[in-house]
Amino acid sequence: MRQTLLAYTFLAIPLLIMIVFIYYPIGFGVNLSLYKYDIISTKEFVGLKNFSSLMHDKYFWNAMKNSILYLAVVPVLQFLSILLAVMVNADIKARSFFRLMLFIPVVTPMTIVALTWRWIFRERGILDYMLFSLKLIDDPVGYLSNPKIALFMIMFVTMWKGLGYYMMIYLAGLQNISQDYLDAARIDGAKRWQVFFHVTLPLLKPYIFFCSTMSAIAALNVFTEIYAMTRGGPNYATETMPMLVYRWAFRYLKFGYSSAAATLFSIVVFAFTLLNFRLFREGGVRSYYE
Amino acid sequence: MSKSKRINDVTTKIVIYAVLIFFMFLTAGPFYWMAKTSLETSTNIFKYPPSLVPWPLTFENYVGVWKMLKLGTYYKNSFIIAGFGTLANVLFALMAAYPMARLDFYGKRLSLFLVLIPMMIPVQGTLIVNYLTLRKLHLLNTYAGVIIPQSVSLFGIFLMRQAYLGIPRDLEDAARIDGAGEFYIWWRIMTPLVTPTIATLAIFQVLTWWDQFLWPLIVLSSSDKYPLAVALVYLQGAFQTNFRYTVAGMVLAVIPVILLFLFMQRYIIKGITEGALKY
Repeated sequence: MRQTLLAYTFLAIPLLIMIVFIYYPIGFGVNLSLYKYDIISTKEFVGLKNFSSLMHDKYFWNAMKNSILYLAVVPVLQFLSILLAVMVNADIKARSFFRLMLFIPVVTPMTIVALTWRWIFRERGILDYMLFSLKLIDDPVGYLSNPKIALFMIMFVTMWKGLGYYMMIYLAGLQNISQDYLDAARIDGAKRWQVFFHVTLPLLKPYIFFCSTMSAIAALNVFTEIYAMTRGGPNYATETMPMLVYRWAFRYLKFGYSSAAATLFSIVVFAFTLLNFRLFREGGVRSYYE
Repeated sequence: MSKSKRINDVTTKIVIYAVLIFFMFLTAGPFYWMAKTSLETSTNIFKYPPSLVPWPLTFENYVGVWKMLKLGTYYKNSFIIAGFGTLANVLFALMAAYPMARLDFYGKRLSLFLVLIPMMIPVQGTLIVNYLTLRKLHLLNTYAGVIIPQSVSLFGIFLMRQAYLGIPRDLEDAARIDGAGEFYIWWRIMTPLVTPTIATLAIFQVLTWWDQFLWPLIVLSSSDKYPLAVALVYLQGAFQTNFRYTVAGMVLAVIPVILLFLFMQRYIIKGITEGALKY
């Protein structure tokens, strides 16, 4: 009885905050997408009109395309972080030093990372100079002003910052694998790469699930680096869904329309999470609960 | 056999070092460049080709950025937001996690589910609705408005729940037999035992708050309330030509987190890996 009292007292405030700022917005956001609302004038019910307009909105499809394209960071990031994790787990000198150096971008605020790279990417900047010296380019590239490559440049920055984070998780995963498995495989005559692909990698599966889900969600939610580097430009070439939702809601005050876009996008994000679940089965939130 | 194996091992090691050194330059390079630029004079910065060492060396950018751009104010703002935000995160995580881990009450499973579900559902739309909610509560353009919506960290609740679950039952029972109250057991017996996890969570949250961008940008409308991360982007626009100042500001904004990281590495890495292991 006294336990019940304490439990309810303790849970009251956190749950209240969760209801107001997590549960209510999930439900009310969908509701808002059925209205025309700009804060100043009163809400006007428009039914599914927002959604049907979105279907013909080129900015919506452009942002959706860019966000889906952004998911390309996920496999590259997982591949590189597993590679680096294996390397900093190897028996080499100064490995903790390497771990440290590779991890520093993770703790650096994204705005600073983005501004730094923006400066590196600027026309006739340090990157232009380096590539020019190596005779790889003849003219300034305009990494962020060329609509064909700007998005990929920002994707690179996202990976640059995330690499150390996932590397650390995979490193923990590698260290959790019992040496017995690896020894047994080696005794059976497996080559090093065979051990890696047939023993290590399968045992890392829960980690791969976790990391790819996390990085997929992060990639779909990407905002800071885009805002700080290009604000969605040039000519909307780097505008992803969160940028679009932000622009419509907080610049143009189209709250209803923006909510409709956010709602549709949430479905996409959810689909990717489910897909990941299906692909990897074990691991995930469920194992937490048990 | 053993000789060829050794050569094989040496080659492997060389490859590993080469790759790691390449990536190290890739990650550390920009930091070096930042520090270098911040120590340069205005004549140097647009020099082409760019110089590799800052010469002549100067600290004028640091003095300038601090004075001209009110950097002290943004620093203070960041500390307020990160400080109170982290405090709220830790306190709410302790309060919510403890009953879920150690107490018997009706609705225990439900409360756990309530925390689990949002981790599955994408929260894209919450931004807009939360903005409207804060507007109704008259919390726009306040620090409370920045902090409260994110004061409950689901990750924190899980981390703390895991920590509380790890404490042996006997301790609690012994205290109960001695007639200790439930609150006393929580605060004086159980919570001190999870201090390392509290440290992990606190450091983790400080880093998260320090990195916050979108939410403060939306909630805060007067620029003198901006935290550093937002201010730097804002200033970058306003002081386009004076990039040395922005870089000096960036270095000053990075220093606290790098220091925190260097001293608290162990806790940070524990937080990251535990989050993944137990997910």
